[in-house]
Amino acid sequence: MTQEATAPTKNPILPFIRVPENFPDEPAYIWGVQCKACEAKFLGQRTACGNCGSTGPFEEQRYSDEGEIYVFSVVHQSVPGVEAPYIGAIIDLKDGISVRANVYGLDPLKPSTDWFGKKVKMYAEKVATDKDGNDVIAAKFKVA
Amino acid sequence: MRDVAIVGANMLKFGRYPDKDVVQLASEAAINALKDAGCSIKDVEIVVSGNLYQSNAMIGQRIMKEIGATGVPVINVSNACATGSTAFREAYYSVASGAYDVAMAIGSEQMGKMGLLGAGGGGDRAYNTEGVMGTGLMPGVFGQSGVEHMRKYGTTQAQFAKVAVKNHEHGVHNPYAQYQKETPLEEVLNARVVGWPNTLYMCCPTGDGAAAIVMMSADKAKQFTTKPLWVAASVLTSDPYAPRNPTMFDINTVTRIAAKEAYAKAGIGPEDLSQVELHDCFATAELLHYENLGLCADGEAGRMIDEGATKIGGKIPVNASGGLLSKGHPLGATGVANIVEIVGSTPGAGLQGGTGPRHRPGLRLHDQHHQEIARPN
Repeated sequence: MTQEATAPTKNPILPFIRVPENFPDEPAYIWGVQCKACEAKFLGQRTACGNCGSTGPFEEQRYSDEGEIYVFSVVHQSVPGVEAPYIGAIIDLKDGISVRANVYGLDPLKPSTDWFGKKVKMYAEKVATDKDGNDVIAAKFKVA
Repeated sequence: MRDVAIVGANMLKFGRYPDKDVVQLASEAAINALKDAGCSIKDVEIVVSGNLYQSNAMIGQRIMKEIGATGVPVINVSNACATGSTAFREAYYSVASGAYDVAMAIGSEQMGKMGLLGAGGGGDRAYNTEGVMGTGLMPGVFGQSGVEHMRKYGTTQAQFAKVAVKNHEHGVHNPYAQYQKETPLEEVLNARVVGWPNTLYMCCPTGDGAAAIVMMSADKAKQFTTKPLWVAASVLTSDPYAPRNPTMFDINTVTRIAAKEAYAKAGIGPEDLSQVELHDCFATAELLHYENLGLCADGEAGRMIDEGATKIGGKIPVNASGGLLSKGHPLGATGVANIVEIVGSTPGAGLQGGTGPRHRPGLRLHDQHHQEIARPN
């Protein structure tokens, strides 16, 4: 195997997103661990359980790509270079774990309490190229 | 633990001081507080300096070099929006424990036009997650907390907006507030949105400021004042585990457990308070804290603001100072300044005669959030 002419590496924007080698054909997903002692679930890897303090064992979990909007804000004033407005939501995944994410498919200029509990589905998308030329992959949600 | 008295207190008007550095601002507040106490820097046995963004620059030691480097212990604390409150607490415990008789807490911050909090870099991350993986900006975070209250209790944006209306009404009477300008409800609701449901006037301004408090043991206080103001309790908590936290900051539980412990230590309940200064960094936060501090039952905060119960002259005035929404929120100074407000001391007036029209005798309760900016998402 030579290094030349290979596609750019696809790196997750955050460690709890796993991007398979043959992405986008194989979907990226959110993963984490569950504490065997108290059953608390977490995104990504843990040093110890943030609930009970147990140092393990932990069971790895592949979390669902389906969930619903718990709450949200619509951010109109953001950091330089970030397009606004956007819907910044807390998504409750089916498995009982929550993730912070952008939601698409709703009008950010018409925020509504009807959005509570709205079903959403995760999709992964390239959002940037890092300084080494690799793709940066984020998890986003759209209305199901 | 020993009783601890507040003997001197001072805050500078919050605002923008481009011609002064943060050490000068803090030094000015410290000297004013010492004057208010009727003592000098030579009487102070320990100094705790709260400053968030420059805490690694040894602000406390530099203040001492400016006002009198007596060689006493100096501690720099940095604890997010609770930085000033934590400085106060550490100074309080240094006297309460019996280790020292005179302590000074100083809070300071120079933010200039720093802009949105929480916009800091992502450490060694390849790319900033803001606006890509949701929001960690404070207007968004506190927007979400407000929206959670909407979801649970049907609270409306207009009810949150009334907090801004009230606090800006109060702020008109406070010469130490960064802004002294009323904002009628229509104006608040029609202002540009920063992080829905919070519009511009529902977000506290950033700025520069400093505040200082001198505390003494009972025996020592007798030498300097005939009217010591006793600290009933100072409680610091951190947010316990919850399934959605840290994905979603839980600003409620951390405040509730602090309030519960403070009431228990003081031997009172929320019904005994005559005045409250709380952390209204955003209008949404204030309503949530009515319930967190037990000023009303869960789900009743919207009604409480509708009825005007928290206005000056109401059942339980909240943020008679104008709150952070009027005063501004120079992070490290805020917690100390909130206590100064309750003490009722104004420069040159002193504890004995410094109560203005917006002051009532009372106990201060300032919720001490620990809002972690370093976030897992």
